[in-house]
Amino acid sequence: MSTTVITSSAANGNVSAATAAAAARTADTGLKPVTFAKALNTAMADAMALDESVLVFGEDVGVLGGVFRITDGLTKRFGNDRCFDTPLAESGIVGMAIGMAMNDMRPVIEMQFDAFAYPAFEQIASHVAKMHNRTKGRMPLPMVIRIPYAGGVGGVEHHCDSSESYYAHTPGLKVFTPATVRDAYLMLREAIDSPDPVVFMEPKKLYWSKDQVDLEALRVSHETSAVPPTEGRAAIARPGTDATLIAYGPSVSTAMAAAEAAALEGRSLEVIDVRTIVPLDDATICESVRKTGRAVVIAEAPGFASVSSEIVARIQERCFHSLAAPVLRVTGFDTPFPAPKLEKYYLPSVDRILDAVDALQWEEGA
Amino acid sequence: MTNTEARDAMEHVSSKFGITPEDYMLPARSEIHMLDVNGKLHPSGQQGVEPGHEYPLPNPKALVDAYEQLVIGRRVNDQNSALVRQGRMAVYPSSHGQEACQVAAALCLDEGDWMFPTYRDSVAVMAKGVAPMEVMAGFQGDWHCGYDPKQYKVSAQATPLTTQLLHAVGVAHAAKLRGEDTVVIAMCGDGATSEGDFHEALNFAAVFNLPVIFFVQNNQYAISVPLSQQSVAPSLAHKAVGYGMAGERVDGNDLVALLAVLGRAVRLAREGNGPLLIEAHTYRMQAHTNADDSTRYREDAEVQSWIAKDPVTRMRTYLDEAGLLPEATVERITASAEAVAKTLRDGMNSEQVPDPADIFAYVYSSPTTQMTEQAALLADELAREEDTK
Ligand SMILES: Cc1ncc(C[n+]2csc(CCOP(=O)(O)OP(=O)(O)O)c2C)c(N)n1
Ligand SMILES: [Mg+2]
Repeated sequence: MSTTVITSSAANGNVSAATAAAAARTADTGLKPVTFAKALNTAMADAMALDESVLVFGEDVGVLGGVFRITDGLTKRFGNDRCFDTPLAESGIVGMAIGMAMNDMRPVIEMQFDAFAYPAFEQIASHVAKMHNRTKGRMPLPMVIRIPYAGGVGGVEHHCDSSESYYAHTPGLKVFTPATVRDAYLMLREAIDSPDPVVFMEPKKLYWSKDQVDLEALRVSHETSAVPPTEGRAAIARPGTDATLIAYGPSVSTAMAAAEAAALEGRSLEVIDVRTIVPLDDATICESVRKTGRAVVIAEAPGFASVSSEIVARIQERCFHSLAAPVLRVTGFDTPFPAPKLEKYYLPSVDRILDAVDALQWEEGA
Repeated sequence: MTNTEARDAMEHVSSKFGITPEDYMLPARSEIHMLDVNGKLHPSGQQGVEPGHEYPLPNPKALVDAYEQLVIGRRVNDQNSALVRQGRMAVYPSSHGQEACQVAAALCLDEGDWMFPTYRDSVAVMAKGVAPMEVMAGFQGDWHCGYDPKQYKVSAQATPLTTQLLHAVGVAHAAKLRGEDTVVIAMCGDGATSEGDFHEALNFAAVFNLPVIFFVQNNQYAISVPLSQQSVAPSLAHKAVGYGMAGERVDGNDLVALLAVLGRAVRLAREGNGPLLIEAHTYRMQAHTNADDSTRYREDAEVQSWIAKDPVTRMRTYLDEAGLLPEATVERITASAEAVAKTLRDGMNSEQVPDPADIFAYVYSSPTTQMTEQAALLADELAREEDTK
């Protein structure tokens, strides 16, 4: 079942979200289920087939196909000049990609895990983010930094960080994070096409999730611009009327499960999948919150000084008079990501989300 | 997928010189110099004492052209330092004393080759052809980079130390994948060789066998910290061996030797023999920038001792004694240096105010909704300010 819907806000000028969402809640399409990983892999392959300047490199991405196999088969199909292994050095990978982008290539690079992108932080914050601005747009850097991120897979230390806030806080970077198989394909194609650098954050717990998606049809739609872009457009993953859950990446499926559970108790929750953290779709978020009057923001990352706190702040600034209750958050604790046996206590859960929804002052407001 | 390209190239080039790859990678036992401090040409037998380290004397025309750039470079440094002293420019890291390195770094390149300079390399950037006032935009405080890197094939002058070396590697790599014969010069200082990106850039360039010349201007200090506290390697050029590339050290105040060594390095790199590391031994005659006080960390006697090794005087004496500097040439060179100095003075006097709207204009290829809102906020603020005037 494919539930992602392109939205609709006054700013985007699309049809009504609820109508579109209802239309998309289709039954079994008879298509073979495709994994999130396959969608990403196909997106890269399709982009490479279309444009010779698209190059893929990183650690173990060649013969092995990446530790998560997301680049599987690319070296075999496109040769070692187009998809190749580098020495082990993340700053080197990002720095070399910058130079390649300066010289008319479109590098799509892989950081092996979230925390192992930190050695590249200087290159990302000081150059990837700033080159376009520094040169008044004369030196654009079309490049994609793919980062498997977040927890939920029982990973050990340094393999489960939700590092999106660092990038989102850095002007000049775009930050995309897909939550569905369909978006995995479309958003990666869009990121590769973008004239701006994109930090593309892949929720690793979703890699082996499946959905009935026709990747070939998506390729055609993307290449003929038959689908509206996802950049700056949140999706209404599930329409509802009583409160809005706002989530992205790995938290969308948790929010969906919470909405499902709330429905059994007679509460109609709308779920918004942010999709691109930068640029953020204020319009769709606010339209929903103005409609429901209540909101909970959900993210795995520690809540302090984070994307979730930014979303809450923006809602208060824009929707104050529509709010029936304070906007609440369900986030990771303000602690380092815990050891595997403890992660279930740390991660936002359905119960914790439902508790937050229950705390939205229903007595007075409703 | 075993990588033998770099190894094969190393075998090939060392055998051309009749030495082993190990001997080829090691720098000569002492730095290469061709002119002594009195401007006398060393006998050729003494310039590079070992096989594989002999360098041909550049032709007279190339030497006179380079001398012209040297004189202009000195004038640029002195003019800019004066403008800073007069409070007309915010900051200028002068390369006074290092002009021979600056000039050679630019002149060793062909039109299509790229340069990756630092904050200290304004003279090199101008010598590669960037318009002087476009270079100065950054130091004047107008914008971070005032020139078009693609047009000049000169990257924005880098401040985060050695980050730009990796960009140089990427530019060379892209060119190589397209079958172009672009060479890239990647510049940094002695202190910067301690940074991690220095290591990563040299290693990447060597592993991918890329035509990058890493050019280190060892001016003895990183702000206040002397080289002895950065590294205890026999020389910075020796670091090349660790990456499987050739290293060479050269007298950085000897323009003739610099042109010879860098010229050969560029030729070798262009032929597909991989990267090289060249260390030029020179001295920063002035403080790190105008904000620095160098008397806190170095003796005046040390500075004085380098005056005798001045690159401009040495080159002038040599060319003069070789009969290559007739009066007319001297006058022409002086005139072009004065013209550049005047451009700098005039440019600094024009009170150009950058457009505040530009703060938002170039962050992305097109502004986000949030940026458009913030730009409107600032525009409104400015309009109200204008009204109350
Ligand atoms: C990553 C980084 N750390 C610190 C600085 C501050 N800084 C600017 S120049 C400099 C000294 C560099 O010395 P060296 O590489 O020898 O070059 P020189 O200034 O002597 O030309 C320092 C520490 C910086 N620009 N970048
Ligand atoms: Mg120095």
